[in-house]
Amino acid sequence: MTPDASGRARRFRALVVKETIQVVRDPSSWLIAIVLPLILLFLFGYGVSLDANKINIGLVVQDTSADAQAFAAAFGDSRFFNTRTAHTRRVLNEDLVAGHIRGIIVIPADFTARLKRRTAQAPIQVISDGSQPNTAAFIQNYALAVWQNRQRQRAASNGVKFHQAVSLEPRYWFNEELLSRNFLVPGSVAIIMTLIGTLLTALVIAREWERGTMEAIMATPVGKAELLAGKIVPYFVLGMFSMLVCTVVAVLLFNVPLRGSYLALGLVSAVFLCPALGQGYLISAITKNQFVASQLALMSAFLPAMMLSGFIFEINSMPAAIRAVTFILPARYFVSSLQTLFLAGNIWSLLLPAIAAMLALGGLFFTLAIRFTHKRLD
Amino acid sequence: MALIVKELVTILRDRRSRMVLIGPPLFQLFLFGFAATLEVKNVSLAILDQDHGYWARELTRRFAGAPIFTTIRSIPGMADIRPLIDRQKVILVVNIPQHFSADIKAGRPAKVQVILDGRRSNASQIVQGYVAVIVQNLDRDIARAQGLPPPPSVIVARNWFNPNLIYRWFTVPNLIGTIGMVLGLSVTALSIAREREIGTFDQLLVSPLTPTEIIIGKTIPSLLVGLLNGTVFLLISKFLFEIPFTGSLLLLYAGLTLYLLAVIGIGLFISALAQTQQQAFLGSFVFIAPAILLSGFASPVENMPDWLQTFTLINPLRHFIVIVNGLFTKDMPFETVLTNAWPLALIALVTMTSAVWLFHRSMK
Repeated sequence: MTPDASGRARRFRALVVKETIQVVRDPSSWLIAIVLPLILLFLFGYGVSLDANKINIGLVVQDTSADAQAFAAAFGDSRFFNTRTAHTRRVLNEDLVAGHIRGIIVIPADFTARLKRRTAQAPIQVISDGSQPNTAAFIQNYALAVWQNRQRQRAASNGVKFHQAVSLEPRYWFNEELLSRNFLVPGSVAIIMTLIGTLLTALVIAREWERGTMEAIMATPVGKAELLAGKIVPYFVLGMFSMLVCTVVAVLLFNVPLRGSYLALGLVSAVFLCPALGQGYLISAITKNQFVASQLALMSAFLPAMMLSGFIFEINSMPAAIRAVTFILPARYFVSSLQTLFLAGNIWSLLLPAIAAMLALGGLFFTLAIRFTHKRLD
Repeated sequence: MALIVKELVTILRDRRSRMVLIGPPLFQLFLFGFAATLEVKNVSLAILDQDHGYWARELTRRFAGAPIFTTIRSIPGMADIRPLIDRQKVILVVNIPQHFSADIKAGRPAKVQVILDGRRSNASQIVQGYVAVIVQNLDRDIARAQGLPPPPSVIVARNWFNPNLIYRWFTVPNLIGTIGMVLGLSVTALSIAREREIGTFDQLLVSPLTPTEIIIGKTIPSLLVGLLNGTVFLLISKFLFEIPFTGSLLLLYAGLTLYLLAVIGIGLFISALAQTQQQAFLGSFVFIAPAILLSGFASPVENMPDWLQTFTLINPLRHFIVIVNGLFTKDMPFETVLTNAWPLALIALVTMTSAVWLFHRSMK
């Protein structure tokens, strides 16, 4: 090693050590790196659930015959519904408007009479609260399944051969229990990492620009790229540490399976931190102001990661223009990689393109960041 | 009074704060109005037809005719299922077994297997609902073709308030509350923290004004900004997104006022505690993230564990979402609005009083 190179290495090491001490000493970086991820992970894990497992519904049985009661009982016994019985619909209508129940199932007075007549089909009315569209869709699905089961039982107990020409056999891969938590928790890890990678970096480095400590470092012979790397390395380590904390909580507390390898998980996380940190640094270098940096980081990183990454909302259902925007979001690739690593395993055919995309975005952000770091005092 | 005018002028005169007040809220309303949907559209599916008979072709034709399936791939063998699902190229594969048409013709029960991607289990379950209806209709038509009687009973499904389950009818009204909260906190907590850093807030504190007067002076302009913003959002929801508004406009404004007061109260409380902009920002964030996640907007409150449902009662957004959704699509009556509005008044009262007390203490 030439004396110049070794001096350079020593200088860089000193810079990293200085930055690390600074990060470790700052209480707000601990807050963002450990406390905030834990709070958010708990919130996502416990608070956000799409499993409509016990939907409150009202049941109106206007027909007292055994047949009608048996249909009513089938809905009452279903593990998906919490039923409340009434004789008229009026009371339940009010509950539906108030949101105490999400649907009403009506078995009308002439149900048995029409059931016995072979020419007309006896209707069971299923009303759902469309103001909660996702729950409404589930009510209709569940009601159909309950009704089909009851039909089959009724035919069997009447000794009639139940005619069903075609039946459906659904198989859910990777998540047989259909727990929304299993895909929401890995997705939320991606959001938390976006928060740490981009928001923390943008905010803290913007503060240095504001306070003028950045200029102080610039007065030293440190190069632009070195300066950037020196600032980034401690946050990279901090981010990987948060990732570890999140993984442990996801697996041990929320019982999310981890079917991929730790190595692949570490690799994907490290790769994701490149665009995330690069974006944070870029924001701070452009704005040089905490308030604007925090707003910009929220708008350009956190909110898109929440809304457009496919973490909870389906990318395919978005309009084409917004779908196009999702391709430049690092979080999009990280969400699908994490969901795959946790639930499905090391599927390299999905992970490798995602890694390539994240690296490309990282390269772009860093190039821009270096360009925006002017080594002069404005 | 002079203070109120001064605060209002300050908010509106600063170019940066004006930008924060107008640009981002509108941008978010449009972005989230279109993007935040749990609806399932543009689904890609693959069909593995091992039967090649009449009924298999008929089933394929029906999938192709359903508007939610936009891309249909046909695959030759079982070995092609895994790579397509693994790489998320399709969300489901329909597997029509051998002898499918022969079984139907002979009156033997025939089965259609569908394999769904559990990594997106919510979307998969909704898609399965569509598949179930297609298969059930096929079943009915087969029965009819074979001269068999229809099943004795039938499900008549109706979605009230939003017949076609358009997800936007749910999202956009909620955004009035969600974005209103972000805005309300940034004009109170963040702006006071900035004044503190610059030192203009200390000038206010040493002026002859009492803490109560300062709080009122900070509250009223923020409330006006919030109401103005709410009005713009309301007009956009009604005329651009074409979401029906069935309830009473008066009740909505009453609810919105109480809600904004609660949010501003929280903002003032945070600003009374925070010394720097960074603390105020973190404080607002630590409040906003749980408030949005535990409001019923991201996912229904009734899906949460019971202890968490109790906890959500202190969240103003949770109450306001019931009101705003109810008034938009459900024509919610006065009494129901009232049961959701009084907690808002209580939250506003508690936070405002604490803020007055904290400012009072810091003046001594």
